[in-house]
Amino acid sequence: MSIQRRTILKGALAGSAIGIAVSAGLLTPQRVLAAWPKDAFEAKAVDDALKALNLGAPAASPDITVKAPDIAENGAVVPVTVETSLKDVESITLVAEKNPVPLIASFDMTPATEGFISTRIKMGATQDVRAIVKAGGKVYEAKKEVKVTIGGCGG
Amino acid sequence: MASGTIKIKAKAEGGVAEVKALISHPMDLPRKDKTTGQEIPAHFIQELVAELNGKPVMTALWSGGVSKNPYLAFKVKANAGDTIKLTWKDNKGESDSAEEKIS
Repeated sequence: MSIQRRTILKGALAGSAIGIAVSAGLLTPQRVLAAWPKDAFEAKAVDDALKALNLGAPAASPDITVKAPDIAENGAVVPVTVETSLKDVESITLVAEKNPVPLIASFDMTPATEGFISTRIKMGATQDVRAIVKAGGKVYEAKKEVKVTIGGCGG
Repeated sequence: MASGTIKIKAKAEGGVAEVKALISHPMDLPRKDKTTGQEIPAHFIQELVAELNGKPVMTALWSGGVSKNPYLAFKVKANAGDTIKLTWKDNKGESDSAEEKIS
């Protein structure tokens, strides 16, 4: 009887410890997974992906620069840098319409970060790389055409 | 849990640090292998969180459209001696994290 009681007590203690760890944000993987916007990444059209991220109808902006090569010999590795002088940047999102998954990456920014992101992406065909920037509650964009010699989405 | 997959370089100048990171990861989109015809399942990093001195400052949400062995650079308001930490998690539930003092 007493042994059983001990086991139950131990179990309860262990359970509550995990609960505390989760609520304190110590178990980041769970929190991390929940935030990944599946609908946006499964969208086959750029417009649907942007809508799912609340980035509908972006306005062209001269305050965003998209740096990428004019010609990418290898579509599997295309360096892209986005820089913006817009204030209060909330997010920077990269899309490529002709990719099997048009939404490539979305970066949630904070007041601690500057409007700058540099990464390397895959491009399936010659197309525009579009950078959508949400800043001060408004949605802006800029784009850059990249000619792709060998597509990078087949592996 | 994977380990040793993240390399971070961070240098501060005038109150802003540029953080550069290289991560070892296949970033596979679901596809058929060209030579063997074998199905390769999707395996890519979905989320990467950057923390400055323990406080989240940026979250990157990725598809398999980010190149294999991802490179990422961003800028954060920070000084030498501050600590930057990166944590990634992929669609198979694997994860890794690393931290580096800003120089």
